[in-house]
Amino acid sequence: MNLSHLKRLEAESIHIMREVAAETEKPVMLYSIGKDSGVMLHLARKAFYPAPPPFPLLHVDTTWKFRDMYTMRERMAKESGMELLVYKNPEAIEKGINPFTHGSAVHTDVWKTQGLKQALDKYGFDAAFGGARRDEEKSRAKERVFSFRTAQHRWDPKNQRPELFRLYNTRKQRGESIRVFPLSNWTEFDVWQYIYLENVPIVPLYLSKLRPVVRRDGALLMVDDDRMPLRPGETPMMKKVRFRTLGCYPLTGAVESEAETLAAVIDEMLRARTSEREGRLIDHDAPASMEQKKQEGYF
Amino acid sequence: MTLEAIPQAIDERDTDPSGLLDAAIRRRAGRTLLRLNTCGSVDDGKSTLIGRLLYESKAIYDDQLAVLETDSKKVGTRAGKLDFALLLDGLSAEREQGITIDVSYRFFSTENRNFIVADTPGHEQYTRNMATGASTADLSIILLDARKGVLTQTRRHSFLVSLLGIQHVVLVVNKMDLVDYSEEVFKTIEADYRKFAAQLELPAITCIPVCAVDGDNVTSPSERMPWYHGPSLMELLDNIEVDESRLLGSPFRFPVQWVNRPHLDFRGFTGTIVAGKVNKGETVRVLPSGRQSTVARIVTADGDLEQAIVGQSITLTLADEVDVSRGDMIVPADQPAEVADAFEATVIWMSESPLLPGRNYLMKIGTKVVTATVVPLKHKINVNTLERTAAAKLDLNEIGVVNLQLDRPIAFDAYKEIRDTGGFILIDRLSNDTVAAGMLHFALRRAQNVHWQAVDVNKTARSASKGQKPCVLWYTGLSGAGKSSIANMVDKKLHTMHRHGYLLDGDNVRHGLNKDLGFTAADRVENIRRIAEVARLMVDAGLIVSTAFISPFRAEREMARSLLGTGEFIEVFVDTPLHVAEARDPKGLYKKARAGELKNFTGIDSPYEAPENPDLRIDTTTTSPEDAADLVIELLEKRGFLSGP
Repeated sequence: MNLSHLKRLEAESIHIMREVAAETEKPVMLYSIGKDSGVMLHLARKAFYPAPPPFPLLHVDTTWKFRDMYTMRERMAKESGMELLVYKNPEAIEKGINPFTHGSAVHTDVWKTQGLKQALDKYGFDAAFGGARRDEEKSRAKERVFSFRTAQHRWDPKNQRPELFRLYNTRKQRGESIRVFPLSNWTEFDVWQYIYLENVPIVPLYLSKLRPVVRRDGALLMVDDDRMPLRPGETPMMKKVRFRTLGCYPLTGAVESEAETLAAVIDEMLRARTSEREGRLIDHDAPASMEQKKQEGYF
Repeated sequence: MTLEAIPQAIDERDTDPSGLLDAAIRRRAGRTLLRLNTCGSVDDGKSTLIGRLLYESKAIYDDQLAVLETDSKKVGTRAGKLDFALLLDGLSAEREQGITIDVSYRFFSTENRNFIVADTPGHEQYTRNMATGASTADLSIILLDARKGVLTQTRRHSFLVSLLGIQHVVLVVNKMDLVDYSEEVFKTIEADYRKFAAQLELPAITCIPVCAVDGDNVTSPSERMPWYHGPSLMELLDNIEVDESRLLGSPFRFPVQWVNRPHLDFRGFTGTIVAGKVNKGETVRVLPSGRQSTVARIVTADGDLEQAIVGQSITLTLADEVDVSRGDMIVPADQPAEVADAFEATVIWMSESPLLPGRNYLMKIGTKVVTATVVPLKHKINVNTLERTAAAKLDLNEIGVVNLQLDRPIAFDAYKEIRDTGGFILIDRLSNDTVAAGMLHFALRRAQNVHWQAVDVNKTARSASKGQKPCVLWYTGLSGAGKSSIANMVDKKLHTMHRHGYLLDGDNVRHGLNKDLGFTAADRVENIRRIAEVARLMVDAGLIVSTAFISPFRAEREMARSLLGTGEFIEVFVDTPLHVAEARDPKGLYKKARAGELKNFTGIDSPYEAPENPDLRIDTTTTSPEDAADLVIELLEKRGFLSGP
């Protein structure tokens, strides 16, 4: 009578969330509307049931998410009964930062990295849950569940606390904050399986459907609204596509797929031969780009 | 061994009418989890072995494989062939140095099981990382090079693995290709290892001859080693029993994490079951208070349960209104955990600054945080020879057996029996770093039998008869700063005011009570601990105690403060710059220290940590001792210490 792998992962994530609620002053859950965020939110609701989770949701918005994602965000805030905070970097609004004119690196840095730091400082959160997993990327494989950031939000990979047994040392100096990753030990496949078995609501973009796309620099980009400037010779074509990860629509590549249901997505995944980050344009800049971004404060 | 593909529902995927997809997904979801860690150095081919496990179990995607191919050509050590080790070296700093410097976690699966591998480096200075990886593992793989056999590091790894109570050890004898796949070489190594391991508490050992580079005996039997009839590594991992099965038979243990109180009618105690199982209606006991009740409900978001088992995160409600808070433990009434406040334990030291007996640390065990003091350090253990030697301190990566005294009783089990109620970490109060991992052995009888003697005349009564309130004036500052002069003057003033003070002077105490102590950091800590204890007894006697000691370390002053009641500890910082104190040099000590005749002299070759927020700071370059004494008296008056309670 052993617990299954998924049940053990679920219990571990719930344990981590309760530790944070018990030992930090002002926690927040970063909600990016993607599948990992969806699972994390689902687990938080389970952890504190029958009470709602004792922290708000924070979405660091770039204004460039898919429209379906905004709809989902409002729906989940209402369903969970949690407070939803939306933060948009005012400097990015003022300068009209966007991926087309400024490139993915600047766009991501100003909206997301700087935006996140500003939001955490503004509200004075001392712990923030994120949905990152260790299987996503090499530098994540060594990330702790509780990751300490300096008052300037920097991450020092050489100076991390050892995590032993089920014990997390949550003590911190004034001004320091913690990023907490309750899904550290989940794999992409675990997440999908869990979504399937638990009926976790997800953005419909994860399931295949005819959508207007253009092929650009080797990736299939969805034309989600009329803000997307088309290059000469580009006409949106209708293709049956889905997304393995969701971010800003101009920076997220779709994959052609026939999988219109969750079960079919899982089936396709089992046959898949590429990792989910391939669809993310941000990782391709330089081999260690993710680690660099993390040291600078990217989640 | 490959990922099981879900049978394809050919035409009607949307609806999955045959239910085949659904059944396959549910079957996969029912897999068990095995956590393992790996010990060995890069030279033994450890990263290559794990890289191969990932590759063979199809945990590597094509795009990752493409990167691996490029990297193998660029920085690989296998002459352009796939270098699996490169899959594992995550951080760029490490890749440049060519060594793994931290714990990293990897995932792969077979048809029956999912695996989480904690990959931990084998270099000497990284004992801490290995202990971290092993602390959550069901099984350890210890890797060695067939050409070298059982080395010092193999012994070290095995000892750590046994300390952390791992149930299964797999000795992987790698690089069999370099010893011509010789059965004799393998048998000799196996015999050597088993002989050594007999001294350790290692319940089960399996030895496997492997060539990780080519995959022999990793996932399938090796044709080149037909003489080996045991399981391949993957086969073994797939079938071995997980530790949770053992814990299911242990008594129920439930450290309370969080009290869930959404409204007046619901009061739930949340936590993770770390051992055994619990049934609705069962009689339970709350420790350390010992109060009893019965389990009214086992609440989860998926509905109430009749029974919950080890590993589950649940919420319990009790039939009676008993006082339960975070840090308490719920246990069966007839199989409670022990409650004690003093223990023998093994600690693995993980900090650059050494463990000093007498110093206070925070101890986190289960969901409880208490204050722990090491009194005494019994011995340290040489991880290479298992030899025990006496020690005054523990340095980074050293392992010692200690007695721990806590500031209050906790519920616990021996680590050997239940990992999560006997395993703990120590936290430095100032840096907040995790400085040690520890394993409780047993409670010290002494602590349970020595109770405070209740006395009828108490502190308040005694101090009232003197028209004062007791406190400690803790003077701190460099040698020659003027601590004793000021303290002496304050004591005289108190005497003329008919108040009862007492001066504990550094030099005087060292002539008697502390004459066995020297000036090493460890002895300084013990010196202050004894003084703080004496001061505490004197405060209990109702006195206004002055202590004049350099007391250079913040942690010890904090410890003294923690022994006393709120407001009873008054820190007076006698602030004299080093060059001024050295110019005064009333006892000629600075001259000696500068000449190298006095070792560990504060300010010269031993640090002084100035108070951050003293109750009173006296700048002796602008204030005479007479005026300074007046300032102290003024403070005592202002805070009401010179009038009765």
